[in-house]
Amino acid sequence: MSLMAPVAHSASRPRYMRRRRLNLVMMSLSLAAAAFGLLWLLAILSTLVFKGVGGLSLDVFAQSTPPPGSQGGLLNAIVGSLIMTAIGVALGTPIGILAGTYMAEYGRHNRLTMTVRFINDILLSAPSIVVGLFVYEVVVIRMGHFSGIAGALALAILVVPVVVRTTEDMLNLVPNQLREAASALGLPRAIVIQRIAYRAARAGMITGVLLAIARVSGETAPLLFTALNNQFWSSDLNAPMSSLPVVIFQFALSPYTDWQQLAWTGALLVTFAVLALSIAARALAAGSRK
Amino acid sequence: MTDASLQAPTLLLQPDAARAGRLRSFRLKDNVFRHLTRASAVTVLGILGGVILALVIGAWLALSTFGIDFFTTESWNPVTEKFGALAPIYGTLATSLIAMLIAVPVGLGIAIFLTELCPPVLRRPVGVAIELLAGIPSIIYGIWGLFVFAPFLQATLQPFLIGTFGSVPVLSTIFAGPPYGIGILTAGLILAIMVLPFVTSVSRDVFETVPAVLKEAAYGIGCTRWEVIRRIVIPYTRVGLVGGVMLGLGRALGETMAVTFVIGNAHRISGSILAPGTTISASIANEFTEAVGDLYTSSLIALGLILFIITFIVLAIARLMLLRLERQQGS
Repeated sequence: MSLMAPVAHSASRPRYMRRRRLNLVMMSLSLAAAAFGLLWLLAILSTLVFKGVGGLSLDVFAQSTPPPGSQGGLLNAIVGSLIMTAIGVALGTPIGILAGTYMAEYGRHNRLTMTVRFINDILLSAPSIVVGLFVYEVVVIRMGHFSGIAGALALAILVVPVVVRTTEDMLNLVPNQLREAASALGLPRAIVIQRIAYRAARAGMITGVLLAIARVSGETAPLLFTALNNQFWSSDLNAPMSSLPVVIFQFALSPYTDWQQLAWTGALLVTFAVLALSIAARALAAGSRK
Repeated sequence: MTDASLQAPTLLLQPDAARAGRLRSFRLKDNVFRHLTRASAVTVLGILGGVILALVIGAWLALSTFGIDFFTTESWNPVTEKFGALAPIYGTLATSLIAMLIAVPVGLGIAIFLTELCPPVLRRPVGVAIELLAGIPSIIYGIWGLFVFAPFLQATLQPFLIGTFGSVPVLSTIFAGPPYGIGILTAGLILAIMVLPFVTSVSRDVFETVPAVLKEAAYGIGCTRWEVIRRIVIPYTRVGLVGGVMLGLGRALGETMAVTFVIGNAHRISGSILAPGTTISASIANEFTEAVGDLYTSSLIALGLILFIITFIVLAIARLMLLRLERQQGS
């Protein structure tokens, strides 16, 4: 009888019905919010495919950026992006891993670690254009001209916080018994960290590096006044260097339709490269957790 | 600790020369490695210090020339070399405000969906899809915003707003003017999409910290799902939610490329949010390489300094809030 009672009562209780209606409304709204979020992802990706695929051809990968009205591709921009990203990651990753190591292994609860963690989390979301200004002030003015190496340095500064964060988190997950067992064999601390802790946390640390690559390979703002742009093929780090995001910026805002087409094609390439990297990073992280 | 564990064996086993040498090299490498890691940790602090120092030095000329007027004047004239930061500051705050007004409720909605409604099978794919929005580079939002989103708004939302609110006293000013497509509102909407994943993922993470016992108790006394969220989950996670919102705000304030495409780059303050404007980051991105003269460059760097200080404060508050939630968890 008590099972039937609430149902029988509910119709005659306006307050209960109102609560249920409110619940239904709010839950529908949250469903709508999720649909709304996914809609934008679909809208952006489908636009990119729709507008970008038409311009994909071998020329895109074989020729440099053209003057308006003639044939060309994105070769110099792709190579420039690869070079600067590679150098940026190569410079930023060791600093990030070592700093993360200090925080997780040597100074787990000391004041330096607390401060670095706080500052690092802020750098993680700090506006990247400010990093561009910093490198301009410190490197470009001193060298007297824009250069690929300045661009790579700006990217390195963006790599560091991402790697610090993941390295620290991943090393903190390594069980202490592993370290204790190694120390009990008489291994010095440095060897324990390098041979035991790093090995146990390897998948997570690689994830961090992949995320960092994904983050910087789409960055435009810090390159605008460090590497600038270069219309021609160049692998000279001492000269201005082209990059995909900057070329997209320049070409998209130009009045020439063939430049705009190249911008869309470049946008397609960058987006899918970045998304593939972040999905790979996620898959790696999920795989290592099991 | 390290020293003790290394010295003990040396004392116990009468060491021959080879062993002593190896132990010495162990100790040396150990120290080198430790100092290397410490130096790297300090480097992170050094980056922040360096950024602030470089910006202050670069901005000094502009700040000492214009003084407090720099923050209170709207004029931005490269020809007469009169620079004031009010219009970019206004644009930055206005676009971020619009972004947060939309992203916070929607982000909370998605987080509620993911933690309370979504069938477990879909939870991960939907969550990852939303996070991929954060992975899309900001230049892509820019090009998409300029060529797809702005024309769409120009044809639909903006005429609707102008038509609907045209005769309402205050709102007619806010939604005044021809539908340009680009402008403050468009930039705000794009920013909303961009910060949505940040608000969502922090909210989802803090929602998951609510002890199941609390929720079960609420369900047990007959609460509806919404009542559990409204009365238990949100009050319990309030501090963390504020942290998540501030994190999103920090992102919105500093966002550059997407805004540069759709803001219109006009150094003026208009009552209408449909009018073109500019933000701090967009001004820097647009004008820095073309800036002629020390004062012009310095003024742009001063803008960068203002932006950095604002975002630093906002992000610091975000972190402190999230730390407080963590501590609450720990105790």
